[in-house]
Amino acid sequence: MLCLLTPLTIRSLMKSLRILKIFFYSLLLLSLSHTASSSNRGQQLYMENCSICHGEDGHGGMGIPLALDSFLDSASTDYLKRTIRLGRPGRIMPSFYWMSETDIDHIIEFISGWRKSAAPVWSSHTFKGDIDAGADLYQKSCANCHGTTAEGGKGSGMRFSRSRDLPITAPALSNQGFLNSTPDQMLQHIILNGRTGTPMPNAKQLNLNEHDVINLVSYLRSFQSPQLSNKPLYENEPPTLIVDSPYSFDETIANIKRSISGSNFVHIRDQSLLQGFNVENDEGSRQMIIYFCSFSFLYEALKLDPRVGMFLPCRITVTESQGKVQMMSINPKHLSQLFNNSALDESCDQMYQLYSDILEDASL
Amino acid sequence: MKKLLSILVLSICCNVSAYAVITGEMIMIRSPEPFPEAMSLLQQAITKQGYQLSRVQRVDVGLSAKGYKTDKYRVVFFGKGQQIKELSRKFPELIPYLPLKIAIFAEDNNTILITANPEAFRDMFRQPELTPVFEQWKSDLSEILNAVQTHE
Repeated sequence: MLCLLTPLTIRSLMKSLRILKIFFYSLLLLSLSHTASSSNRGQQLYMENCSICHGEDGHGGMGIPLALDSFLDSASTDYLKRTIRLGRPGRIMPSFYWMSETDIDHIIEFISGWRKSAAPVWSSHTFKGDIDAGADLYQKSCANCHGTTAEGGKGSGMRFSRSRDLPITAPALSNQGFLNSTPDQMLQHIILNGRTGTPMPNAKQLNLNEHDVINLVSYLRSFQSPQLSNKPLYENEPPTLIVDSPYSFDETIANIKRSISGSNFVHIRDQSLLQGFNVENDEGSRQMIIYFCSFSFLYEALKLDPRVGMFLPCRITVTESQGKVQMMSINPKHLSQLFNNSALDESCDQMYQLYSDILEDASL
Repeated sequence: MKKLLSILVLSICCNVSAYAVITGEMIMIRSPEPFPEAMSLLQQAITKQGYQLSRVQRVDVGLSAKGYKTDKYRVVFFGKGQQIKELSRKFPELIPYLPLKIAIFAEDNNTILITANPEAFRDMFRQPELTPVFEQWKSDLSEILNAVQTHE
């Protein structure tokens, strides 16, 4: 065979081999490059969208600790995908409805880097347990942390809400985002095994047998609605509360302060809207902001969600333009929508009532 | 080969970039800096972006004075005087949301900075004239928070 190869064909073969070698290395490098860039993309997306709540290293904060072994042991790829896509309506975790499938896959790939074992795969089989029996068991064993209607623990999980030795706020098990992400088999696994590293005990510690666990799973599943609703809560509410004042600018300010004091709030200070900006108002135009606060209310609101400080302390602005005096404030009913935190609804309703009462009282 | 290697290295390096910070109705970042450093970076970034600081509300000081246990928590107010004046004249219903503000608070050794995403305002105030204003604010707020996070 060799004798058939002339020096020319040998040179030609060598050249072909060199080209093949370069081609092979190119493919290898491209493949390595793709893996590295995919991993970096996942990290970048995680840092952009998740680290603020779950921490850069996945050890939690406002959100749950994703790097926790007992969490990852139960979290299937499908669960993570659905959770990112659906969020947890009313529980701070937003829905990333706008994110591409590929980007969600990149994030999951990055999170999976914290796994010590392969991701579980759960069946979509629905258990046929006794819902009533599950309801009784729930009240005895779960309601203390997860709430009587499975609405979840209070607070966002930040240090304003709870001590740092608690790594997790009890999840809202009746949340539609949770139920639409978590198959029965995964719920069963969590209840049977608990969550090591969190206050969640396992079934044995709760004196629950396998039947009890299935009944509990069926009870929790009974909270699931056929469809997730993204309808805004206060779509017909104006963003600003505005009331005309029949009094002069100065009289209106005095009325508001009197009303604030009557509502057991503390007047903090007055400040012109343009104070500190080196700009003069037009003639006949004035805006004065009256800041006031109830420190107990402020503290409780921050405990529920530390982000809410952005709209605190309370303020009412009195404006005068062309002889017309008005009082205005934000409409607190918009806030829980902004924060995706239904735990704020009650506080927002209280604030709405407070603002409405003060504005009405000051205009009488 | 050298060319391929350069492309590979470049493609990996390009992925180490500043983190965008917009999540739904809020713009939030976690700064790895402790609170005092992050606060200083924030004030510098606001000024660099062409805004003027008007006030820092010391929420934690007020709470502590009343006996509540709290970590560092401030709200930084800022804006452009002429813009606030014009907006308040043309769109008085916007006044309660002015000036712009960023809440900044400590969490462990990190600092969290949060502000409302002005895009959410677009759904609340539907005047078309306000759209470019909200878009500019969104861009500026993102720049400011990115600068805090990346120390630019």
